[in-house]
Amino acid sequence: MNGFPYLLLLLVIPLVGAVVVGSMKGAPVRTVKLVALGISLLVLVLAAALWIAHTPSDGGLQHTMSVTWIAALGLKFSLGVDGISLVMIALIALLVPIVIGASWEEKLPEGRSVAGYLGLLLSLEAAMIAVFAASDVFVFYVAFELMLIPMYFLIGAYGGPRRAYAAMKFFLYSFVGGLLMLASLIGLYVTSKDHLPGGTGSLDWETLKSIAHQIPESTQMWIFAGFAIAFAIKAPLVPFHTWLPDAGAEAPIGTGTLLVGVLDKVGTFGFLRICIPLLPAASSKLAWLIILLSVIGIFYGGLLAAGQTDLKRFVTYTSIAHFGFIALGVFAFTTQAMTGAVFYMVAHGLATGLLFLVVGMLTQRGGSRLISDYGGVWKVAPLLGGMFLIAALATVALPGTSSFIAEFLVLLGTFAALPGWGVAATVGIVIAAIYMLWIFQRTMTGPVRGVGVLGSDSDGESFLPSVPLPTTSGWSAGSVDHDGHGDTVTRTMTIAAEARKRFPDLNGREIAVLTPLVVLIVFLGIYPRPVLDVIDPTVRSTISQFQGQATDDVTVGQTGGGK
Amino acid sequence: MTDMLTATEPFSGSAAVAATGTSSLAALLIALPLLGAAVLLIGGRRTDRTGHLLAIVMVVASFVLGLLIFFETVGRDAGARTSDVDLFSWVPIENFHLDLGLRLDPLSLTFVLLITGVGALIHIYSIGYMQHDAERRKFFAYLNLFVAAMLLLVLGNSFVALYAGWEGVGLASYLLIGFWSDRPSAATAAKKAFIMNRVGDVGLALAIFLMFKELGTTSFSGVFAGIGELADRSPATVTVMALLLLLGACGKSGQVPLQAWLPDAMEGPTPVSALIHAATMVTAGVYLIARCAPIYNLTETGGLVVSIVGAVTLLVGCIGGCAKDDIKKVLAYSTVSQIGYMFLAVGLGAGVYALAILHLLTHGFFKAGLFLGAGSVMHGMNDDVDMRHYGGLARKMPITFVTFTLGYLALIGFPFLSGFFSKDPIIEAAFSAGGTKGALLGGAALLGAGLTAFYMTRLMIMTFFGEPRWKQLTSADGREYHPHESPSTMTFPMMVLAVGSVGAGAFLAGGERLANWLAPSVGEFHHPEPPIPAIAVTLITMAFIALGVLVAYLAVGRRPVELARREDVSAVVRLARADVGGNAVNETLFARPGIWVTRTLVYLDAKAVDGAVNGLAAALGGLSGRLRRTQTGFVRSYALSMLGGTLLVVAALILVRFA
Repeated sequence: MNGFPYLLLLLVIPLVGAVVVGSMKGAPVRTVKLVALGISLLVLVLAAALWIAHTPSDGGLQHTMSVTWIAALGLKFSLGVDGISLVMIALIALLVPIVIGASWEEKLPEGRSVAGYLGLLLSLEAAMIAVFAASDVFVFYVAFELMLIPMYFLIGAYGGPRRAYAAMKFFLYSFVGGLLMLASLIGLYVTSKDHLPGGTGSLDWETLKSIAHQIPESTQMWIFAGFAIAFAIKAPLVPFHTWLPDAGAEAPIGTGTLLVGVLDKVGTFGFLRICIPLLPAASSKLAWLIILLSVIGIFYGGLLAAGQTDLKRFVTYTSIAHFGFIALGVFAFTTQAMTGAVFYMVAHGLATGLLFLVVGMLTQRGGSRLISDYGGVWKVAPLLGGMFLIAALATVALPGTSSFIAEFLVLLGTFAALPGWGVAATVGIVIAAIYMLWIFQRTMTGPVRGVGVLGSDSDGESFLPSVPLPTTSGWSAGSVDHDGHGDTVTRTMTIAAEARKRFPDLNGREIAVLTPLVVLIVFLGIYPRPVLDVIDPTVRSTISQFQGQATDDVTVGQTGGGK
Repeated sequence: MTDMLTATEPFSGSAAVAATGTSSLAALLIALPLLGAAVLLIGGRRTDRTGHLLAIVMVVASFVLGLLIFFETVGRDAGARTSDVDLFSWVPIENFHLDLGLRLDPLSLTFVLLITGVGALIHIYSIGYMQHDAERRKFFAYLNLFVAAMLLLVLGNSFVALYAGWEGVGLASYLLIGFWSDRPSAATAAKKAFIMNRVGDVGLALAIFLMFKELGTTSFSGVFAGIGELADRSPATVTVMALLLLLGACGKSGQVPLQAWLPDAMEGPTPVSALIHAATMVTAGVYLIARCAPIYNLTETGGLVVSIVGAVTLLVGCIGGCAKDDIKKVLAYSTVSQIGYMFLAVGLGAGVYALAILHLLTHGFFKAGLFLGAGSVMHGMNDDVDMRHYGGLARKMPITFVTFTLGYLALIGFPFLSGFFSKDPIIEAAFSAGGTKGALLGGAALLGAGLTAFYMTRLMIMTFFGEPRWKQLTSADGREYHPHESPSTMTFPMMVLAVGSVGAGAFLAGGERLANWLAPSVGEFHHPEPPIPAIAVTLITMAFIALGVLVAYLAVGRRPVELARREDVSAVVRLARADVGGNAVNETLFARPGIWVTRTLVYLDAKAVDGAVNGLAAALGGLSGRLRRTQTGFVRSYALSMLGGTLLVVAALILVRFA
């Protein structure tokens, strides 16, 4: 252990906080919330301090610490961060207080306590930080599995109507992945005995990295398969994805935000942390498969998103498309694409976090998750509509948002190495525009309508949510009826004013919760340097280590081309 | 400068120096309107009362700064008129150092003045036009945002900065087309515009990726310096690059096959149509190709395809314009068609790029003027856009009538007005291409001139002459029509633009003033030499224009305008009314199959992918249930069967290893 134990504290504080908050069942609800928020803010401050203490130019592990855990097996409890895990820990530390703030007035199911909810949320934070801070594959595995438990209860106990089904599905998928990973882990440990002096096995990341090139390719393939399936389920890549729409849709908004915003990135992070450095030959050999699944995912996720009728399921499908971009960037094996992929993990956390939270605020007001229950919300709640628009623009990766830098680098780097795949993925940006603007049109623009906005007890029009035309202007954009200042507007205004009474615009707390995300999205879109400077050295060392160790007969980055 | 450009050496734009003096403040050109937009959007309703004034101050300040930089640059030698302003390191990663910077040169400064100048006039016009709109502040915020993004587009000194501006204007256009967002037609049109533009953006993005792959850079100076070597190495790559850039240009500029969004974009408030969908944004494609002169000079195919796209589009636009009764749609098709002329010119390549820019500038004046005139007519006619309801408005709104007439004459190419000086040389240049190519391109341009005269004369007659048909009618919202002249905030910009419509052409073309000024950016100008004498081309063009006017007079002026559409029309008219098939093609090729694929996938995802998983789970559940009836826990029973599987895998692994 050297220096200030940032990482240990980043684990201990939320964990202790979880216990404290979880045991406050008798305390006033407000106190519980404030304590939880305070703890999450303390974690944020600590993460910020860690960022400052980090030396960007060094791409390796920093702030490492290690204590013997199971001496008989030579296992250690080791922590350490490099540029990639640092940005992810920072993202977690940022999102948790935001999520707590956003859940401030969330209605929990009958008989469930706020203390329990927030306690689980904090323990989830600890587990997620542990995954990213682990510098031992066994610690990584344990944290990977531990993450499952709070999430299972958060969905299963606090979620929507189909929470039991969704939680079970989430659990089973993750569990299968976890077991395959365990098998690979054991395989890795056993294999390492052959290549380490003294015949003792190890799961220490640095140690395994140093012998990665000695492991025969055939063995690597088996080990890779177990890890890769676990990560493909977690990320998730098509066709391992169907748990996410259920889990994301049934999870409470805050949990769903962390699920899609951070937890899923453990999958892509695992590819970067375990598969590529420790199993370079297999990664190189099987890259084409991951790339294929990624590109399928970009189209599949996008088209499925366009076809959804449920707002929250919609968001999860957009994420599946985005995970396609991230995994593509990881396995294109160019510095641009890989840096882009890591930056994408952050940018997507911000953009989808914003989108998920805004959708949550929308559905909380309307009491329905159905897209068709909303219409013309922009007129009724302009701030909410504006936030939805910003989230939409970040989702389509418009320049000026952080997602643009990410997506651009991924596509640029992919095209340079694998032009065919690069072209295919670039076409995917059209689909993003289609699903995102279409949903914006359906819910936010047009005449004010829908049960969610007008309520079922108001005038007759609201009973006709699917009849699009309470006004005189036509659907077709060829209408010659430009009655911009006429009667219709007055009428729309009246309906909007009526709707505003039961469908209020964002309040101060909600604005405060969303603002940091908006600011970061825009700031990192214009000046991404602070984050890129941290990511780049680690990506560079990952790539050079990979290239140095990938077996000579494999041309790096060309494996998937020319298909 | 001139001696640097020998015939053998490919043109790569003149070398840039670091900007000094006022030019070093160029970032403010973009920052000022961007700040205006931010203040108005974040400030919210608090800025309702004064917001529009702030927006105007910002764009006027930008214009003044643009003028100062322009005059400073004019004061320099022709060879020293290109300078760069470095802003900051945007994406600094290994093997890809992207710096954000601005390029000040004759081409970009020309656009700066057009954008901020016409932009300022249209901001002023909007005070009156949007007076009664509850969300006027938002409108001005979006206009400011547009100006900032458009300036970034033309000022950026790398293709990535250009792309950022390119998408930024797309956003502003989206927001402004859909400004009256409670109208489904406006929301649909906005979405359509954005998505069709995105299709083009894929082309532009891929072109940028190709530059990076082949040349390792995306900056103008880097790409243009290396492109000659790339052309020697792989001429096909340069052609592909040129065609990808063209795809981007087609999307933004409403060229075939991506033209269908532009007429629908008229759903936006009329000042938007004037500024974005006539004078500036839609000409970005022309800017892109002119900026990429060093690339297009090296690929004959690339240029030829640009010209063909232009020629086809100019005819499609003309045909569409002939059949519409909506005044803004006629003007929109006219824009499509006139940009077709610019594409035709810019595709003809080295030596005549300046002609495209000349037409772009004169078009900026007269088309913006025409749109503002149309807005003024609508303002006086309860926002009705149907020309069949107009008639005899000349006396009711004299200023609108006069300024509109000047714009009309300029557009059809009436001698010695702006359009004459810019369109006529394009027709000459098209014929100069020689052979069949020249005859076809020139023929299309000539036919287009005649058709333009026809549909614009039809529009003039239906709007300003003949029976005042509105006297017997009421507008859709039940009000009577009381046509009146618009307030001075609206007529003033119209008058200024009318002056430009009359004089800009003569001024810019006189002594090849514009062409010489642009030479450092797009290369030396060579006067086209058509196979027949230039004067003959001019006379034939005049004959076509006269014919178009005459036919329109006979068709519309001599007979009463019918209020209902005649349905017993020929197939050509039906095709023209149906937007020359543009929408039908999109529907058949993309929209319907897309919806079908989406529905199928949604079904399969639920039934097949998820169904298989659920089925497997049920099967496993049933199996383990039978095996171990004592087990009660759902999870545990699964876990056990999974664990069994895992142990098998581990066993297999170990076996493989020891084998």
